[in-house]
Amino acid sequence: MLKRWRQTLTWTDVVVYAIGVIIGIAVVYGTIRTWQKAEYTPEQWINLTIDGLKLGSIYALIALGYTLVYGILRMINFAHSEVFMAGPFTAVFLAIYLDDIGFYNAQPIISLLLITLLSATVSVTVALLLEKIAYRRLRYAPRLVPLITAIGASFFLQYTFRGFYGADVETYPNLDILKGTLTFGPITIPKTDLFVIVSGFLLMLLLYIIVQRTKIGKAMRSVSEDKEVAALMGIDVDRIIQFTFGLGGASAGIAGIMYAIIYQNVHAFMGFIPGLKAFTAAVLGGIGNVVGAWLGGTLLGLLESLGPNLFLSGMGIPSANQLKDGIAFAILVFILIFRPTGLLGERISKTKA
Amino acid sequence: MSKRLLIIVSIIMISSMVLAACGAKPYECTDKIGCVTVAPTDPLHIAYAMVINGPDATLGIDSRNGAEIAVDDHGGKVLDHAIKFDGEDDGCSAEGGQAVGSKLAADPTIVAILGTSCSSALRVAMPLWSTAGFTVISASNTAPDLTLVGNENNYPGYLRTAHSDVVQGAAAAQFAYEQGFRKAATIHDGSIYAESLQQVFADEFTKLGGTITAQESVAPDQVDMSGVLTSIASGAPEFIYHPIFIAAGTQLILQARQTPGLENVIQMGADGMFSPDVMTGAGDAVEGVYVSSPDFTKFGADYAAKFLPAYQAKFGSAPVSIFHAHAYDAMNMVLACVEKVTVKDSDGTLHIPRQSLRDCMYATKDFKGLTGNLTCTPTGDCADPKIAVYQYHTGEYPPTKVWP
Repeated sequence: MLKRWRQTLTWTDVVVYAIGVIIGIAVVYGTIRTWQKAEYTPEQWINLTIDGLKLGSIYALIALGYTLVYGILRMINFAHSEVFMAGPFTAVFLAIYLDDIGFYNAQPIISLLLITLLSATVSVTVALLLEKIAYRRLRYAPRLVPLITAIGASFFLQYTFRGFYGADVETYPNLDILKGTLTFGPITIPKTDLFVIVSGFLLMLLLYIIVQRTKIGKAMRSVSEDKEVAALMGIDVDRIIQFTFGLGGASAGIAGIMYAIIYQNVHAFMGFIPGLKAFTAAVLGGIGNVVGAWLGGTLLGLLESLGPNLFLSGMGIPSANQLKDGIAFAILVFILIFRPTGLLGERISKTKA
Repeated sequence: MSKRLLIIVSIIMISSMVLAACGAKPYECTDKIGCVTVAPTDPLHIAYAMVINGPDATLGIDSRNGAEIAVDDHGGKVLDHAIKFDGEDDGCSAEGGQAVGSKLAADPTIVAILGTSCSSALRVAMPLWSTAGFTVISASNTAPDLTLVGNENNYPGYLRTAHSDVVQGAAAAQFAYEQGFRKAATIHDGSIYAESLQQVFADEFTKLGGTITAQESVAPDQVDMSGVLTSIASGAPEFIYHPIFIAAGTQLILQARQTPGLENVIQMGADGMFSPDVMTGAGDAVEGVYVSSPDFTKFGADYAAKFLPAYQAKFGSAPVSIFHAHAYDAMNMVLACVEKVTVKDSDGTLHIPRQSLRDCMYATKDFKGLTGNLTCTPTGDCADPKIAVYQYHTGEYPPTKVWP
């Protein structure tokens, strides 16, 4: 066996594995030291976990857009972060108007539904326009071309929205029914967090059912396996692709409202970092895979939230929290070194004769 | 030609040459750095580098407004030349400072620069502007090392009318101690301004007898604060000092209330968080949050009587940040020195020697400005600093003064 390794292993492999091992050892060491120091109470760890789950829900919903589009078109839609931004940035004006006329807190559920509807609609529209204008003609172009188009579209959308809505940060009004916390035994959860985690999970479940159990989901899966043969089977490939973009857009729009409920401030450039992290989550879970998007999102959220306090402060690094992005991406590198197709692997058809 | 004619023509030629040579000598610039020459019909160019876009835009726009009122009070002219006051966004960051620094350094018509808004931008831009010979005066840079003798960030040509954070941090620590707090935590955002300010606060607070439980940091555009707040909560502080800017500051205000262990903690920001945008961004959570700022009640009588009405008339609102008066004084100082050192030709051309302009600015003594009596130190500190602490209440802007 050693002989086979000696033949196939290159220096690059060795260095890469070494980096992975170093990251792994650092993580384990940091964790052990943190347990020894016992700086944080169990209650605080639970709170950090809940924060991680809440972040993870948002990342998972945005990652869904990346993963579905990649599955169908083998293309990374970098403009998806702007699809995410478009929804809440438009709906904030409706929210402010509803708050001004007093409707917002008088009928919170209806208001929330209206705002979510508006956000999802705007995001879907932006996604569909992107597909029609920027991507459709480039479907059979070399892979690099739609990638660059996506980046260009991303900047275009950022500055267009900044031009229309202004460069200021807009704030969502507070929803009274979501103020405060709930206590279940030793756990205290803010209501907003609970709302986001539960609705995120339900939404992912719904989307999973759509993709796996409905006819149109079957059509999506077949188009992602082989576009030409699916067309031969009588599937309208254009319609399915549009539907995919729309589905991704809708989930991004709803994720946007969830983001807005927690962080309240929205602006034209808010999509960039969550979009990047969600893309990371999609890759982490296995791009092309709906369950992978959920898994990757949740995992990334937990790593970001627990990571600094768990790994870094154990190693004695001061101001560990400023490095939380660094940790999330370092862990991504670590996982990709040892499992490049992501945790749940890429769903490419196994029986390509 | 006859001999007589030749003699007459020669005499006329020679005398005209002598007369021409004895006419007005062109101005020779003997200044160490060089001179700015302004043609008779050209405007005098003073530039600004302030944060006029993005979440901290109120800071820069407010300063620019103050300077524009000063220009108006001068009639829009100096030495019979119109004043051209334009400039660029400094982004309140090192990247923005790099961009605005190179852009303005390449413009030789600039006489002086009002800016930057943020110390992090200045630290990158100042080496470029110092080499270009500009006089730079800031209305809102407060990082201490910018005017510390021998410090690597102190460059010739820099002055400021804003206070140094050595004063602001100490005032905040004094306030916290007098209010009865003994355990405090600080959060900065990695910028030179926030980091030095919280360190001054921490040192002073410890000296007075309090304890600092944690000194953490966040990224300026960070949205999720749960990790850092949980980390701080483990030390059970009574008081959190976060001298950062609006975007991250409002998130801290919002999320601290929801972090177990920090529900009742008192929060305080510094002059970067004195803005109506903090009130809109943080909503109800802003109730009770303290913020330090120059003490407006100690400004001269002209502030309330003349400056504020002029501001309202020209811009349609009350001032949206706190350094407008400092910018007003800065512009007036520049214009006063320009009038003093400029050599004006008979045809109206202006020659402004750059080093002399700098020397004049550094020599400012007892300048009667809105913000007080300004005297400049050799390294550029001109302020007459008096810091006060204000408190936000939901729905009311500006916050009310509570100390001293």
